[in-house]
Amino acid sequence: MSRRSFSILKRLITHRPNTSHLLSSQRSVTYMPRPGDGAPRPVTLIPGDGIGPLVTGAVEQVMEAMHAPVHFEKYEVHGDMKQVPQEVLDSIRKNKVCLKGGLMTPVGGGVSSLNMQLRKELDLYASLVNCFNLPGLPTRHENVDIVVIRENTEGEYSGLEHEVVPGVVESLKVITKFCSERIAKYAFEYAYLNGRKKVTAVHKANIMKLADGLFLESCREVATKYPGIKYNEIIVDNCCMQLVSKPEQFDVMVTPNLYGNLVANTAAGIAGGTGVMPGGNAGAGYAVFEQGASAGNVGNTNLVERKRANPIALLLSSAMMLRHLQFPSFADRLETAVKHVIADGKYRTKDLGGDSTTQQVVDAVIAALD
Amino acid sequence: MASQIVRRLARSRLDGILSSSSPNPSFFNRSFSSESNLIRATLFPGDGIGPEIAESVKQVFRTADVPIEWEEHYVGTEIDPRTQSFLTWESLESVRQNKVGLKGPMATPIGKGHRSLNLTLRKELNLYANVRPCYSLPGYKTKYDDVNLVTIRENTEGEYSGLEHQVVRGVVESLKIITRQASLRVAEYAFYYAKAHGRERVSAIHKANIMQKTDGLFLKCCREVAEKYPEIVYEEVVIDNCCMMLVKNPALFDVLVMPNLYGDIISDLCAGLIGGLGLTPSCNIGEGGIALAEAVHGSAPDIAGKNLANPTALLLSAVTMLRHLELHDKADRIQDAVLKTIAEGKYRTGDLGGNSKTTEFTKAICDHL
Repeated sequence: MSRRSFSILKRLITHRPNTSHLLSSQRSVTYMPRPGDGAPRPVTLIPGDGIGPLVTGAVEQVMEAMHAPVHFEKYEVHGDMKQVPQEVLDSIRKNKVCLKGGLMTPVGGGVSSLNMQLRKELDLYASLVNCFNLPGLPTRHENVDIVVIRENTEGEYSGLEHEVVPGVVESLKVITKFCSERIAKYAFEYAYLNGRKKVTAVHKANIMKLADGLFLESCREVATKYPGIKYNEIIVDNCCMQLVSKPEQFDVMVTPNLYGNLVANTAAGIAGGTGVMPGGNAGAGYAVFEQGASAGNVGNTNLVERKRANPIALLLSSAMMLRHLQFPSFADRLETAVKHVIADGKYRTKDLGGDSTTQQVVDAVIAALD
Repeated sequence: MASQIVRRLARSRLDGILSSSSPNPSFFNRSFSSESNLIRATLFPGDGIGPEIAESVKQVFRTADVPIEWEEHYVGTEIDPRTQSFLTWESLESVRQNKVGLKGPMATPIGKGHRSLNLTLRKELNLYANVRPCYSLPGYKTKYDDVNLVTIRENTEGEYSGLEHQVVRGVVESLKIITRQASLRVAEYAFYYAKAHGRERVSAIHKANIMQKTDGLFLKCCREVAEKYPEIVYEEVVIDNCCMMLVKNPALFDVLVMPNLYGDIISDLCAGLIGGLGLTPSCNIGEGGIALAEAVHGSAPDIAGKNLANPTALLLSAVTMLRHLELHDKADRIQDAVLKTIAEGKYRTGDLGGNSKTTEFTKAICDHL
């Protein structure tokens, strides 16, 4: 009896790696499309400013090489425009999905940022950045896999500012129950659907007792509906300190607008830099995919002139987009190719310690596609 | 009480006038008491581990022959109606008179009807700038070993104005206030500090692309002050980018000056880079040249009285206090001794992975003086 159970155990143990391998390579088979799902889908493309055209160009090339079922409707939008052109908004409303390079934000120019306009206009209330270590890329920290989900429409970014008397300026941070609740719901939903274990709310409610207090209250309420997911809270300054010392403790983070911006950039920094972190913005109706962190930072002119911007972040974002469009096997192929190139280490841009041009990285990715 | 307030107001006005008329404000106008060469400084040992680490500082100072005479003050047991807090009026007066002080960790008792201790100190003493030098400690390994920067945080306004209200049910507004006066004051101090400490660069950290008016005003003030210091390089960095650069390559920064919330976040992030709040010195600068150095870590009631606490943060804070008093020679000696003791690794407290007692660690430092 004991011998028999031993042999079963042995078989189980020896078989396990095999089955898991089978599962992962056959995952796309389990996705049964509806008839007509293979028809190419239109996607709005905004090349943007700075390194934008370079990296969106990279995505176009790779998509074409894969024969991915998407075709792009390209629109020129630039950061110095007064507002996002109507036809662009119409196109996104029609296609429901958009891929975008960075849009420059003029500092103190009196124009509100186009990135922000787009989010407000399309009600893209959730911004998501996934910060994780890529295998083969040496960084100071290991085992980082953090998803920062940030409220995108209110808070410090309300844009309500005025001069009270000369030399005294006031800025309003607005927090509403409605927006706090829906971002909390999105965060927990994301954690639930992606098999994540923990959601951490980032706040400064010890100082902003009402505003951040309301945010926390909403998170706590939503948390009670997801008993399978752990919930905890952390003060934003402590959060940044923990991020640089013990980042592995974090899983999904949900934050108000400004903190999310800082936390996402810090997390991106420890995991390998903003050049490799994918991300996107989502609302109830639409989704815009872009480089994860630093949407307003379009790179320096030097990078653009020498054509050495890092396309990895946007390539990974477009893999997210493919999955969003329910083309999981294309997403997997793209991701595998990108990871292969990074792990290989032969073609890397300067921010990752290499000296390759954008094109060289793109060619390598295309060559690595199976 | 009213007369005291009037007197204080008049004095702070006077200080304001003095500081605006002289190019370098009165950070270092200090009168030494004539009868002895001893400088009187206020000491708040604080709660929890506070008394132990304060004892350690006193011992090191005695051994190093630092000409300081401590005036110890403890947090009261009941609320002082004059300060609406557990801090007594006398302790505050002591800091005002001595103009220098050292403060251990204080735990604000929970309850209503009184102000937090730190808030009381900040408001009553007008502590407008928080200065935290962050440098990697040789021999104590963290993921970052090339940190050498100073964060200077505006401490009185911004997001921490405390002005909040509910507009309608479910909609809350919180006000961030930026004033020209406070921004100029902190910028002025940052550049003065950079110059006095031989630093080359001042970076203003902001989010003016989004908060164009408030952070815009802060930047404008920094630029105005920067013009007066042509020898110091001035740059502006957006806060999110700053976070990213700090964790990728902290050596890019020198002196950072920023509004309240950003300062809070960045200074803690920097503390994280070098190994936590237990190793980070901090000093608050107030109107009229007041300097209150403090340990920013908690009072750790769980290990209080067990001779296990790490006095490094308070010792290094005391060093920044000595530098403020321009006793650089003593400051260097103590700082070197602390760094050497940690680098040697023979005597380290539990939080640094050793198993020495507070007293052993202190003795090792004294031996290294």
